[in-house]
Amino acid sequence: MLEITNLVKRYGRNDPVLKGLNLSVDGSSVVSIVGASGAGKSTMLRCINRLVEPTSGSIKLNGHELVNLRGSELRHSRRRIGMVFQGFNLIDRLTVMENVLSGRLGYVSFFQALTRRFPQTDINRAFNLMERVGIAHYANKRADQLSGGERQRVAVVRALMQEPEILLADEPTASLDPKTSQQIMRLLQTLASEMSLPVLINIHNVTQARMYTDRIVGMRHGQMIFDGAPKDFNQDALDAIYGGIESPEEDSGEPQHQTAQEALA
Amino acid sequence: MTPVRTATDASSGRVWKKPPFIANPWVRYGLVAITLVYLYWAFSTLPFNWERIAEGMPRALRIFGGAFPPSFERAGLLWTGFKESFQIAFLSTLLGVFLSVPIAVMAARNVAPLPVYLLGRTIIIVSRSFHPVIVAILFVAAVGFGPLAGILTLTLYSIGFVAKLLAEEIEEIDWGQVEAMRSVGAGYLKMLIYGVFPQIMPRQIGLSMYQLDSNLRASAVVGIVGAGGIGGTLMNAFGRYDYDFAFAILLMIIGIILVSEGISGWVRKKVW
Amino acid sequence: MVDHAAKLSDHVWSRYDRKEQWTRYAVYLATLIAIVWAVRDIDIFWPWVWDAPNQIQSLGARMWPPRFDTWNAIFHAMLETVHIATLSTMLTIFIALPVSYIAAQNTTPNKATLWLGRFILVSSRSVNTIIWALLFVAIFGPGVLAGILAVMFRSVGFIGKLMGEAIEEIDRRPVEAMEATGASKMKVVLYAIVPQVMPAFFAIIILRWDINIRESTVLGLVGAGGIGVLLQGSIDLFAWQTVATILLAIVALVILGEAVTSALRKKVI
Repeated sequence: MLEITNLVKRYGRNDPVLKGLNLSVDGSSVVSIVGASGAGKSTMLRCINRLVEPTSGSIKLNGHELVNLRGSELRHSRRRIGMVFQGFNLIDRLTVMENVLSGRLGYVSFFQALTRRFPQTDINRAFNLMERVGIAHYANKRADQLSGGERQRVAVVRALMQEPEILLADEPTASLDPKTSQQIMRLLQTLASEMSLPVLINIHNVTQARMYTDRIVGMRHGQMIFDGAPKDFNQDALDAIYGGIESPEEDSGEPQHQTAQEALA
Repeated sequence: MTPVRTATDASSGRVWKKPPFIANPWVRYGLVAITLVYLYWAFSTLPFNWERIAEGMPRALRIFGGAFPPSFERAGLLWTGFKESFQIAFLSTLLGVFLSVPIAVMAARNVAPLPVYLLGRTIIIVSRSFHPVIVAILFVAAVGFGPLAGILTLTLYSIGFVAKLLAEEIEEIDWGQVEAMRSVGAGYLKMLIYGVFPQIMPRQIGLSMYQLDSNLRASAVVGIVGAGGIGGTLMNAFGRYDYDFAFAILLMIIGIILVSEGISGWVRKKVW
Repeated sequence: MVDHAAKLSDHVWSRYDRKEQWTRYAVYLATLIAIVWAVRDIDIFWPWVWDAPNQIQSLGARMWPPRFDTWNAIFHAMLETVHIATLSTMLTIFIALPVSYIAAQNTTPNKATLWLGRFILVSSRSVNTIIWALLFVAIFGPGVLAGILAVMFRSVGFIGKLMGEAIEEIDRRPVEAMEATGASKMKVVLYAIVPQVMPAFFAIIILRWDINIRESTVLGLVGAGGIGVLLQGSIDLFAWQTVATILLAIVALVILGEAVTSALRKKVI
């Protein structure tokens, strides 16, 4: 259960990027956040795991206040929040396995991290998750030898290695081609329901938001102006969010109805 | 989370080890062994004079105690030393940059015939293989103490550096311009002046500024073996235990090097 | 445009415009004045200058032929030179890495450490190896220790500066990802920064080792060990034929060093 109340973020003396945001997400729901560039989507996501410092407001994860945490307390709560990035943010020169295991860095000692001697349970977990998304055979390949979709899967597995209580995804498909990005969206959707994990996805692609998520939140100028089910997300809502700014991405083709397994293959 | 947990138990015991940095185990452990043996060998054969080294700490204290505050009393001596260093650096840069042009032409394969090319390359290689201090000590032996040895040293040093880069630059010029000059009937020299030099000119000015800067640094050093300039003053101050004066000289050297680095960087940005 | 037309009608052609022209003349004039001043003011006894070619020639003649009877001593001094260069390069790593860490803007803990790091780098770089050697010979007496310390103190600035720049140029995104997993600062460095700067690290160390070999050949001239001691001794004894042998040995060492470094570079990168 994630509860954001009255979240404000202001850079320097400029206009606030987030103007008193309220949002609560519970259970295993997949929530997509749509909005034009600069609407504050990315800032909001980064406020949750405190890669960006909120100016004021409150963020509670399962009843635990995240704002104002310091030092090891902050690191301990970051462990419980997985994050997937637009640019994958993998460590290119390390192997896939090392990248995956780096999701456990918050749990292991410095010496274990240095010598790459991770506990056996972590290694088992890594293999299982990698098999689950179909990248186990790449374990000892260098991360920069993989394709975009494979890299994003490594990033998803890394986030899941943290045993997160919530998963944040910042434009996870923006660097991928349409087919691969659908696969990744479907993967996030099925993983969320398998692990009863709430997932927050920033996304440009409105078609995908409608297809793969249970709830759409629309943002504009740092404020929430739509919150509802995909079926209620009509042209009016679209105009309110993007009107006069830019047109959102729309997939032209018919949405393909694959099963999760096919998407992963 | 639950499904994953059960799966974990089912397939427990899969091993993973980081693939080693060097795949071949013989090479891997061989390198470690060689390093250890080398370290042991080096440390055991090097002649350390431990009794003398043990005196180091009190000596260091005395030296640094004597060095504070730095003494700028003999400003006259400081000024002559730095003036001479600057003159050495300036004259040798000019000489070196001028002489490096014909040598660079000689050492560029595309404009020089083979025997000339080999001669040019030899000059460059010889002037590059010795540290300027070694060259300086030889020139001091040949022409005596003083700035003349310094100028000769740094001229050679400049030729080694500038001519090498310039020759590489000439080898990479746009050949079309040379052919154009040839086609209008220009002779060899005219071909060089109109077809080659304009292409390398900006680079040459940048190199000269860079060389002036590094000659200024080197001129402080060649003085230590008697080739004139502030280095000699520094050496004398050390020799006479005038640590406060030596420290003043050092501070001046650092300051001048920083300023000259700034100026040379600024000019190169302007020209390039 | 108008200007252009006027020029065209007059058919006047000049390589540079007026302002550039004046700047060029000013630079020429300043250079000329500087030359005249330097040549007139410098403390040189001019007859010696005209005699210099003869002197150099006669020195060359005295060096010929090189004498190899002391090759054993020369060989050991060469080994010592290599040891000084290698040991000091290895030891420098342990100092230069922390310094580059605090001298890089994106990793330094705070402003004070940043300036401390920069101060260390600048003071190390502005003092030449042989001047460091002078200082350490005064402190620890003549010998290899002074040489090793001198080379180290100069190398810290070189390696530290280049490594600091390598750290500043890393891709920030993996750092962000590692922070998001709840990793501590040291673990972020270990996973997100170290792998990214590894190639630069090897290249810089190899480059500096090559430079250090050259630098180590002259340390002995101020008493800090290596082949320079032998060179200075032979010069003092006017044993020019031995000097020639030593010079040949130095050339051989420098060429060998270059061969080794280029082979290493190919292996590592």
